[in-house]
Amino acid sequence: MPCLKTLFSSLLTVALLLASTLAAAVPAIQNWRTTNGVPVYFIPARELPMVDAQVLFNAGSARDGDRPGLAQLTNALLEEGAGDWSADMIADRLDQVGARFSASSRRDSASVSLRSLVDPRYRQPAVETVARLLKEPTFAPDTVDRVRQQMLTTLQERTQSPGAIAQDAFFKALYGAHPYASPPEGTTASLKALTRAEVQDFHRRHYTAANAMVTLVGDLDRPTAEQLANALVASLPKGEPVPALPAPPVPTSQTLRIPHPSSQSHILIGQLGVNRADPDYYALFLGNHVFGGNGLVSQLAQEIREQRGLAYGAYSAFSPMQQAGPFLMNLQTRNDQVDTALQVTQATLRDFTANGPKSQLLEDARQNITGGFALGLAGNSKLAAALGGIAFYNLPLDYLQTYIDRMNGITLDQVKSAWQRHLQPDRLITVIVGGPAATPAP
Amino acid sequence: MPRYRILIAAISLALAPAAFAAAPVQEFTLANGLKVLVREDHRAPVVVSQIWYKVGSSYEPSGLTGISHLLEHLMFKGTPAVPGGEFSRLIAANGGDQNAFTSKDYTAYFQTLEKERLELSFRLEADRMRHLLLKPEEVAKEAQVVAEERRLRTEDQPEALTHEQFQAAAYVTSPYRHPIIGWMQDIQTIAPDDLRNWYQQWYAPNNATLVVVGDVEPAKVRELAEKHFGPLPSSNLTPPKPAVEIPQQGERRIVVKTPAEVPYVALGYKAPTLKTAAEPWEPYALAVLDGILDGGNSGRISRNLVRGSQVAAAAGTGYGPSSRLEELFTLAGNPAPGRSSAELEQALRAEVARLREELVSAEELSRVVAQVVAADVYQQDSLFYQGMRLGALETVGLGWNRLDDYVQRVQAVTPEQIREVARKYLTDERLTVATLEPLSLDGRRPAAPGSAMSHGLR
Repeated sequence: MPCLKTLFSSLLTVALLLASTLAAAVPAIQNWRTTNGVPVYFIPARELPMVDAQVLFNAGSARDGDRPGLAQLTNALLEEGAGDWSADMIADRLDQVGARFSASSRRDSASVSLRSLVDPRYRQPAVETVARLLKEPTFAPDTVDRVRQQMLTTLQERTQSPGAIAQDAFFKALYGAHPYASPPEGTTASLKALTRAEVQDFHRRHYTAANAMVTLVGDLDRPTAEQLANALVASLPKGEPVPALPAPPVPTSQTLRIPHPSSQSHILIGQLGVNRADPDYYALFLGNHVFGGNGLVSQLAQEIREQRGLAYGAYSAFSPMQQAGPFLMNLQTRNDQVDTALQVTQATLRDFTANGPKSQLLEDARQNITGGFALGLAGNSKLAAALGGIAFYNLPLDYLQTYIDRMNGITLDQVKSAWQRHLQPDRLITVIVGGPAATPAP
Repeated sequence: MPRYRILIAAISLALAPAAFAAAPVQEFTLANGLKVLVREDHRAPVVVSQIWYKVGSSYEPSGLTGISHLLEHLMFKGTPAVPGGEFSRLIAANGGDQNAFTSKDYTAYFQTLEKERLELSFRLEADRMRHLLLKPEEVAKEAQVVAEERRLRTEDQPEALTHEQFQAAAYVTSPYRHPIIGWMQDIQTIAPDDLRNWYQQWYAPNNATLVVVGDVEPAKVRELAEKHFGPLPSSNLTPPKPAVEIPQQGERRIVVKTPAEVPYVALGYKAPTLKTAAEPWEPYALAVLDGILDGGNSGRISRNLVRGSQVAAAAGTGYGPSSRLEELFTLAGNPAPGRSSAELEQALRAEVARLREELVSAEELSRVVAQVVAADVYQQDSLFYQGMRLGALETVGLGWNRLDDYVQRVQAVTPEQIREVARKYLTDERLTVATLEPLSLDGRRPAAPGSAMSHGLR
């Protein structure tokens, strides 16, 4: 067997040389505004005769107010009727040109995505359909009721899933009265109470030019891309930008144990992290790649799975949003191993926060991120996902070009300092779902 | 919204054709029998490397179910040259992404890397193809991890649990009756020697296919493959026993009672695949029939059952024409609040009956074809998927190019052929039905009558 150590060091040398050539290979983002002022982010990809278009709105569940589920119900209803088209007609119009349409709504953003062949015979009917359902959804009363029922079934499914119960309980404990507290899927009581008028009003206030962004990736020249973006959103009313969300208050540290008839307990442990504009995010992200964000190689998975066989998966993540998103550690283990898993997880976080990452592990994590940067941009769907984040969070247009340099510029001390400033391992929120009600408190 | 497709295999090849000038595939075989497939895709400086072994849960005897999947986990636990954990660490430190998956018909390992680092993947995969250590303490620990995986993915998931029992009821002699992850008692009793034998039996260059897709030159790939895999010895292979399913002689029904909230019903009809079909056109007709029922939001299930009669909150169909053995054509879903599983089952059976009785319309057929033509372009966006398709087809014995004419074969399907496969295969004699009956979540008592619907009534 050839010596792998030698191979490894020679590959590291290659990696450093490659970083600059890779950055040069990153596609440039073109940026302009539609005739009614909607920002457009475009990456030409001329190899495959297809296009991925996405329209994002600042219209996620953070805008639900006291009506949890309103944003998602509105988003889900878009394809269920527009102008004089029924849901059946919309489905026929999209399917007969081979288009793929999806709508989704999370805490920050709501969006619709269209994948189409680029040939105008297929593309134009698809774009015309999506434009109309953004602008003139009908929200017919019987359709509102039907989709409401489907969302209620989804909620029922969440109550049989220990993972979903844990997720909802964690966000509630973390965010209290903040708009991020309630589940995007809504609650049974609020879904039942939602009215058509509220849906219409939500659409009127949020699905506007002032709240929209467009991303395009595909086989288009610039004039065609401009036409496409205008066709999608230029007829949207101007509207008003939604106000900024409030910053979440620091939550109370607590431990919640929720019984559930499952063989495993789902454990979520975390606290408030940072928002997407926080300059510390990159040092926190790099540190987390060592701690729990890089699969089985990470410290948390090493301790929980590789050393002790306690769980199939154990990971951690910062999820920055418009306002501070969570830092969250997540694992699932047999009910009688919960206390061991909790102790190991807490100790691993305490140690990492106090001492910072080991130098070699930090360099390995950095190499993973920079050496693997091109992987995240290989293919139109990956480019479209990256563009969506850049557009929604208003990141600089050279974000992709400067990413590797940014990662290379972060020192070990910066990582350690950022973790110590942002993480308080003695002030965590812990949610455990699973096992009988009699489980004693730790 | 809850609308879904049923995953038949690890990935569905049903709508995965190739007509828009995909790059050609270079194929060659090393002296030791390792087949190598290379497809160039120069859009990004990235390469996907996958090694596929002809072994999976359908090769396993009773008592050793899940051994292929457990072995897949242990493949990361070290060789004399690359100690446990080092494989993952090396790939990660080189910017790579990697994982593995086990299916009924195959076990595969993959790395995605910046293109200059392909050699690392070959070196490590060649090493563990023949030199795995399989230490008893690692086996014991990893069996615990897999037991946790089983709890996570099956035991605590009411629909997955139902689906597992559904498969076990539908098949009598076919090994498709066993779950890929294995039954819990087998996971916990498979011995290191069992794993050693399984590894010796199946992990050999002449039982594997190496698939490389990305920004590479085929000649260079060949040189690297010769260098790293070339020296490995081949094995004397004994192919698995035929394990043909005995003919079914009437409808089968099972009930699964488990703590849950949402009822679920699954219907499966024994259906031929590309490997088993009496007539070559039949799997294509079944794939189009699948599209008529559930091809996008315009399919009959969404149109008639979710939007029309609103008997379903969510429902879908699934068919995997690329399986090694006879498969199930599956219809499944959740009844809408206030509707019962029995009503949903009747509605699904009525859609099947209509396919046996009436010819599908030209409009419906053209919509399915349009989706297939477009999917043929879309699927080329993913390097991983392109490799997946080549590897899966080759590994089940169809040959990697078997679906190259997929679009043409689908375009040639007629309404009469769709009716014919419905009449021949979607019959009550070939049907298995599984119903999930939810038990209350706060105990193991049956849920109160009507409790499932009370949520939905305003």
